[in-house]
Amino acid sequence: MAADKVDPIHQFHINKIIPIDIGNYDLSFTNSSLFMVVVVVMTGAFFYFATSGRGLVPSRWQSTAELLYEFTGSMLKDAAGTHGMKFFPFVFSIFMFVLAANMFGLFPYFFTVTSHIIVTFALAMLVFCVVIVCGFIKHGFGFFKLFVPSGVPLILMPLVVLIEVISFISRPVSHSVRLFANMLAGHITLKVFAGFVVTLSTMGAVGIAGAVLPLAMAVAITALEILVAALQAYVFAILTCMYLSDAVHPGH
Amino acid sequence: MADRKRPGETGETGPGQWSKGDIRDDELERRRRELEASLAARSPKGLEGEEKAKTGSLAGYGQALKLSSEFIAGIAVGVGIGWMIDRLAGTSPWGLIVFLLLGFCAGVLNILRSAGLVAGFGQSGRPADPKND
Repeated sequence: MAADKVDPIHQFHINKIIPIDIGNYDLSFTNSSLFMVVVVVMTGAFFYFATSGRGLVPSRWQSTAELLYEFTGSMLKDAAGTHGMKFFPFVFSIFMFVLAANMFGLFPYFFTVTSHIIVTFALAMLVFCVVIVCGFIKHGFGFFKLFVPSGVPLILMPLVVLIEVISFISRPVSHSVRLFANMLAGHITLKVFAGFVVTLSTMGAVGIAGAVLPLAMAVAITALEILVAALQAYVFAILTCMYLSDAVHPGH
Repeated sequence: MADRKRPGETGETGPGQWSKGDIRDDELERRRRELEASLAARSPKGLEGEEKAKTGSLAGYGQALKLSSEFIAGIAVGVGIGWMIDRLAGTSPWGLIVFLLLGFCAGVLNILRSAGLVAGFGQSGRPADPKND
């Protein structure tokens, strides 16, 4: 980064680490891919070591893993019922990936995978496709009952169904935009406040005295970002649960 | 009659006027509570989890992002569908116009749904009502 110019967007820049071009496709291994691999490996390693002891009285690592397991399990059971527990591995993987990616993104100089909409959109589309495929496998054309609210006059039915279909299709969009926007906005805010500190402190003694305020703000926002990172992973997971619950029982 | 409504002016039946006002307030309060109860009975049960923390500026910020993303998603999907129909069927610009409006409706529906004011997918709008059909 330039010496005196602070660019808050620079942190989202994607660099190719290993350029790979197959045909017309750019399949390069980028810093984003690197951090996805890091997230997956770290999460996998955490659960491997945390569950390797399998004590009746859990160690600290094991009880953390159990806590995460039970948290996700009760979340899924509340939203989708006991039938929804088939989806537990799926929901748990998504929750852990998003949580770990959000948390890793908070380290300085680390890349935040979930601050790119294509990543969150891919996750949301995965959920959307799972909902549709499982809904059709389980209910066949009864899945379409999802789009037909009961108690609507017959004349209004085509319009209402069309609106319901658009509303259904818009779910992966809002699902992905919410996570992406939160992460992007948080990281930019943090960077801007940190930039104030750097810029002000070059202005002599008065600047250094003034830089205390944005510094305090940056510290406060860092704490807030940890909360947002956890909260957004939770929101992403609970929305996944609610969408899956539609696949398990449409029409209720 | 007009001066009776102002208790400070005449001063003859001040306490009586006040108690009358209190009674009227009680009546209003009772009606308000009834309205609230019937509204609560009509609206679906709130979404779990997400809505737990409603106070505080952070929750407000989260709520704002959530609702705006829901609304924008509805419109964006409507526009996307309309644009694709126009491209495939060559009906430009009618598909875009119609589906933009439908997308707007879907966005509003999304907002109401995520605010817990409308029942979820595949449910009737008024869960408190007995089944009609």
